[in-house]
Amino acid sequence: MRSLKVSALTIAATALFAFSAAAADGPGVSYGQKISEADVKALDIDVSTSTGAGLPAGSGTVADGAKIYAEKCVACHGEGANGGSMYGPMHGGIGSFVTPKRKLTPGSMYPYAPILFDYIRRAMPMDSPQSLNDNEVYALTAYIYSLNGLVKEDAVLDAKSLAAIKMPNKDGFVVDDRPDVKAVRCMADCTKIKP
Amino acid sequence: MAKDKDNGLGDGRRSGGVLPVSEDRRAFLKSGALLAGASAAGGLGIATAHAGSVKVPESNLSMGREIPAKIYGMPSKYEAHVTRNRTDVFVNKQNWSDWSMTPLQHQLGIVTPNGLFYERHHAGIPDINPDDHTLAVHGMVKQPLKFSMSDLMRYPAVSKFYFMECSGNGLTDWKAVKSTTVQQTHGLLSCAQWTGVPLSWLLDEAGLADGAKWVLLEGADGSAHARSVPIDKCMDDTLIVWGMNGEMLRPENGYPLRALIPGWEGNVSVKWLRRIKVGDKPWHLRSETARYTDPMPDGKWRQFSMVMECKSVITRPSGGMKIPGPGRVEIEGFAWSGNGKITAVDVTVDGGKTWREARLEEPVIDKCLTRFRYSWDWDGGPAEIASRAVDSSGYVQPTVADIDKVRAIVGFVQHHNAVFPWSVASSGEVANAIA
Ligand code: HEC
Repeated sequence: MRSLKVSALTIAATALFAFSAAAADGPGVSYGQKISEADVKALDIDVSTSTGAGLPAGSGTVADGAKIYAEKCVACHGEGANGGSMYGPMHGGIGSFVTPKRKLTPGSMYPYAPILFDYIRRAMPMDSPQSLNDNEVYALTAYIYSLNGLVKEDAVLDAKSLAAIKMPNKDGFVVDDRPDVKAVRCMADCTKIKP
Repeated sequence: MAKDKDNGLGDGRRSGGVLPVSEDRRAFLKSGALLAGASAAGGLGIATAHAGSVKVPESNLSMGREIPAKIYGMPSKYEAHVTRNRTDVFVNKQNWSDWSMTPLQHQLGIVTPNGLFYERHHAGIPDINPDDHTLAVHGMVKQPLKFSMSDLMRYPAVSKFYFMECSGNGLTDWKAVKSTTVQQTHGLLSCAQWTGVPLSWLLDEAGLADGAKWVLLEGADGSAHARSVPIDKCMDDTLIVWGMNGEMLRPENGYPLRALIPGWEGNVSVKWLRRIKVGDKPWHLRSETARYTDPMPDGKWRQFSMVMECKSVITRPSGGMKIPGPGRVEIEGFAWSGNGKITAVDVTVDGGKTWREARLEEPVIDKCLTRFRYSWDWDGGPAEIASRAVDSSGYVQPTVADIDKVRAIVGFVQHHNAVFPWSVASSGEVANAIA
């Protein structure tokens, strides 16, 4: 009897210890439901744009893109993506970043070509997102890049040819190296805020 | 909004003697009306009241409103001027990918009420049924998982205070005066107590595969807004939250589930969170290349500049207010840092020539709004007031001139954490003095 009591106490103490240890670095419980990658397929729309991983099968031409654009995009983005009721121009601006008026467009700004595919597929048309099939997204991507002079008018884009487009702003980014300013805590006789 | 004459101040009741410009006249009209009403009413000696006598409040003389059986309580009707306002300085062509700003000049204490917490959306506000909402965790994990809301809410939750600020806060006012009020200059800033679970718990449960370095967070809104976040931050203090200031998130703040990445620019705390994918490199999406990047010299852009560096602003007196006359002015404002705690705030009243240390109000919490106060005896002459914060990393809040030396302030410029001066005219009128 006596030894039984002791071991019951020991178990209780061990359980208590296990509980507090779990609370320190985890919840000590798991409630996630196991699934497989295949179960997430409908949600798995991202493209790793620097490599093109995640770009789906399918393809589209500039000409088809122009047709779909006229039907589903022109109302907000304007003729030839010159800018419309809801958004500014989506072409031009290449070379503008060294001037005081930087013009941001898919052509001038995106470092990797698949960014355009990823964005149209997830977010456009704004009034009916995720309604386009992959061929339509490739076609619209081809059309917008043709307006930016980055593909020819007879281009056909698919996973391989899209990832192969060299973007003008590919080397335009620097990593975050802040703090980049070293202000001093001056209390008297300081330089004014607006010197 | 642009045509709206209201400058976002409302009528500024109880603003500690610091009044919006329009207040004097309104107060005068109101007392006139009261006197007229009093003489007509008679009874209870009101008619014979002389100047300075304190009247019995009318609310003493009747039953109040009946207690409703069920209700979600709302602010007093006399606080209707305290609203979150869509940007009217940088006017967008549409109002789905747009923002709406917190009335900081009216905030009391460090917690922003949920109805006033700033908003930034990329395709409007979805209304999501929590019973249908699922969070998937997959990619470079040993076991992909999904969680319903009730799965998540079974964990032992944690509650933490953190500020949130949009990287674009202040973007209209770098080198030219564009805004009037502190709501317009700094209102993409709010603070709440958040309730949820550490993201590290969910990632540990799924088991990180070797080489896992970045995590994609993706929303269930119409833009499927997504951002890449380094794994270290995810495993450090990132939360997955459903609670905000004691209640479920508001739809505009991510109901029913969002990420909360302490101290980092708001848009990485993805709202309406539906998917977490683990990978070995960042995704470089539009939201982290064409947007949320900072112009740098030589035509370059700084990318993944997520942390919101140490910053402060005086909220009272601030742009659009009026100091009634010379004498004691209680200056107050907020200081905050994505890199730690606020250790000091200094205040200047002479445009930055001399500074004095302000008082910090408890509690002073890591990556949370901190209130500072400074009692100023105004001599009635023109002055320029500003605050400057220091954080626990030793970083001192810079000026626009300091930042201008190392970045390119051209166009749509994010991460404005510079000292922000307000001018005080002899008339007592307070105005934006950034340039
Ligand atoms: C209801 C209006 C609307 C429609 C229809 C629409 N868009 Fe958009 N689009 C917008 C808005 C608004 C934005 C800016 C969103 C933001 O920045 O958050 C945008 C942004 C974009 C961008 C990003 C541009 C850049 O500079 O990075 C692309 C590309 C785009 N749209 C393509 C399309 C395509 C292709 C279609 C047709 C299939 C389309 N849009 C239909 C409103 C619309």
